[in-house]
Amino acid sequence: MKNRLLWPLLALAALLLLNLAVTPSFFALRIQDGHLYGGLVDVLKNGAPTLLIALGMTLVIATRGIDLSVGAVAAIAGAVTCVHIGTSDSTGTALAGMAIALVLCAVLGLWNGFLVAGMGIQPIIATLVLMTAGRGVAMLVTEGQIVTVNNTAYRQVGAGFVVLPVSILISLLVLGLVAFVTRKTALGMLIEAVGVNPEASRLAGVRSRTIIWTVYVFAAVCAGIAGLMISSNVSAADANNAGLWIEMDAILAVVIGGTSLAGGRYSLTGTLIGALIIQTLTTTVYTIGVAPEVTLVFKAVVVIAVCLVQAPKARAALSFRKVAVS
Amino acid sequence: MTESPPPVVEMRGISLAFPGVKALQDVDFRLFPGEVHALMGENGAGKSTLIKTLTGVHRPDAGETVLAGEAVAFSSPGEAQHAGISTVYQEVNLCANLTVAENILLGREPRRLGGIDFPAMRRRAAEVLARIGVHIDPASSLSEHPIAVQQLVAIARAIAVDCRVLVLDEPTSSLDAGEVAELFRIMRVLRDEGVAILFVSHFLDQVYEISDRMTVLRNGMLVGEHLTADVDRRSLISQMIGRDLGTLEAIEDAAEKRTAQGPVLVQAEGLGRRGAIEPFDLEIRAGQVVGLAGLLGSGRTELARLLFGADRADSGRLLVDGAPLRLRGPRSAIAAGIAFSSEDRKGEGLVADLSIRDNLVLAMQAARGWTRPLPRRTKDHLVEKYLKALDIRPANPDALVRTLSGGNQQKVLLARWLVTEPRLLILDEPTRGIDIGAKAQIQQLVTTLAAEGTAVLFISAELEEVVRIADRIVVLRDRRKIAELDGSATGVDEVVELIAGGAAPDKEVVS
Repeated sequence: MKNRLLWPLLALAALLLLNLAVTPSFFALRIQDGHLYGGLVDVLKNGAPTLLIALGMTLVIATRGIDLSVGAVAAIAGAVTCVHIGTSDSTGTALAGMAIALVLCAVLGLWNGFLVAGMGIQPIIATLVLMTAGRGVAMLVTEGQIVTVNNTAYRQVGAGFVVLPVSILISLLVLGLVAFVTRKTALGMLIEAVGVNPEASRLAGVRSRTIIWTVYVFAAVCAGIAGLMISSNVSAADANNAGLWIEMDAILAVVIGGTSLAGGRYSLTGTLIGALIIQTLTTTVYTIGVAPEVTLVFKAVVVIAVCLVQAPKARAALSFRKVAVS
Repeated sequence: MTESPPPVVEMRGISLAFPGVKALQDVDFRLFPGEVHALMGENGAGKSTLIKTLTGVHRPDAGETVLAGEAVAFSSPGEAQHAGISTVYQEVNLCANLTVAENILLGREPRRLGGIDFPAMRRRAAEVLARIGVHIDPASSLSEHPIAVQQLVAIARAIAVDCRVLVLDEPTSSLDAGEVAELFRIMRVLRDEGVAILFVSHFLDQVYEISDRMTVLRNGMLVGEHLTADVDRRSLISQMIGRDLGTLEAIEDAAEKRTAQGPVLVQAEGLGRRGAIEPFDLEIRAGQVVGLAGLLGSGRTELARLLFGADRADSGRLLVDGAPLRLRGPRSAIAAGIAFSSEDRKGEGLVADLSIRDNLVLAMQAARGWTRPLPRRTKDHLVEKYLKALDIRPANPDALVRTLSGGNQQKVLLARWLVTEPRLLILDEPTRGIDIGAKAQIQQLVTTLAAEGTAVLFISAELEEVVRIADRIVVLRDRRKIAELDGSATGVDEVVELIAGGAAPDKEVVS
């Protein structure tokens, strides 16, 4: 277990140190108006939506699935909430809007679950439907406009502070909740069993379908909350760009964290580290001033490096060299 | 059949061991040109291993292979094929999206100007197909054709190279009677051309119809080589199954003493599923051990799966405690107290990447639902109890199941079901591939369970074992229940007789 997280942790440490070298004040924290600021806090705050979505993705991947629709679902959540709030500044309206959005996300998760568990469609195809159609739904909701709102309560979700940014607190709360539920109930074990061997699980009487259905709903709700953060942070709903490609970041975070795309054993801690790596990487790109046109290439190189050191073949090669040296 | 021509293949003293298993021990094998040679044996007898040694997939630890007078040692299937040994496997190993001609000549396409010469390819393919009398368009896509034709294309592919030896590994398992006849016609054509054909099939009728000679293997050892005409079914079957000399008298005694007159627990009335098992009647009483006997493919597993709801029946009904029960899946069977331990431990039984603890409690936890986790203390107690009771090693609950030996894996799977305290325990090949010590422990366990009132449906390819352990023996043949015998009054010979079909009073013909 420790061994599995060693390389991701080293990668994260290396990235953070690189930032420190470029920006000596990177690790500095300061308190202003009771709010905590600093480079590390920024990483956490900007990474909160990715972490949330990656948590949902971890459970989906553990059941041998994948959910490509999370970015689109995030956009829908922001769009629905902003349209509902409109020009209102009331807390009640904001809460109602968010509640409606999250219920809708749960329904979208049910749809994904229906296609995967009910109809037996391959997850990558099943969720591709909503990945493309979802953006269209968000466009319909916003009628093709970028909807801006000015609601104090709503703004708290993505940009507010309670010592730490609210978005960080929400993500950590969900992380804690998932960890608690999967360990304290039998859900974690059953998810792993379904992911490792679906047929054996079925014959042991596991309700595989219900479990698969549950994880897709959970993933969609996570995506919805992330969508609220993204939209709240800028007080606007952008159907086209909100949460764009975030599913890729989330999948990467899960994989970097050591959960296999083949399903089965998963690691929530690994996903947390993976999400931090992805976000630190994005931050690094800005702090060390990588030219915008090579940003994606730079990210890709780092991700490939992290994945390579985790690959069994590369590990074998590394340990072979160790043996040869000794 | 005379033995005048020298054998085209002669394997002498072949031995091969895999970790923990002696797959082949000092096996001799001869194959003559122009004969169909059947390789016989139950599961795990070493048939596939011998074939794979011949075709270069495995390299033997000892022994030599002589092909047409020259000693050979293939290190890959490609080399064997180059030397004239072609193989057609059970599943069609072709590309459904390519044309028939492309499949036949894949990897050795005629070329012209650096590209593939498609007209020449179609001509070559048509020639090969004509040689075996198959008339289909070489330019048609393979997927348009039924499985049987695809099988013939696979054979065409095998003989498209200069082929002296053709290995057919269970070619008939997915074919109907007419298709089998067509396959046999082609086999005879090739045989008459002088090709040596090695044929593996679980269907005795087919073996007797097509083969000239047979070699029988059991537990990795050569039992005998005979001309097919010289050996009758009865003696063939007893050679294949063998006699387990380490008879456990105690278990037999227990089976005899057991009164086994509990109330009827599970009753099947005309239960059946098309293509799997013909409708059958069956009664299982509490405290009774019912054995299922029959060769591989006779419908043993299929019958068990219907009782457990793993497959849905399309006729008949199932009664539990006298009340009809509609099985909508394993969950409803488990709720009714039925447990099923699959013969396919890795694929359908254990969750290899989870710990012994998780595997042990899986069925019970699944029945409770995820919201009601077993308390840690209960879990530890159960795990400790069964690790000790079944002598599972290592006795470390956190060990991953995939690291365990076959026998210990089997015990974990058994324990998973014992935890749920089932009223009917279905054991499909619980003793296959495990060492003799674990085998005896499992047989003992079955006897103990029955004495405590659990009904057991015991499936095993080893007739000795079934006869020894069961109160009643249900005999299956060709996916049909053909007889039900009293276990204590029956010997292996009688069961063999029935399976062979010699004296079977084939009274109930259901179709």
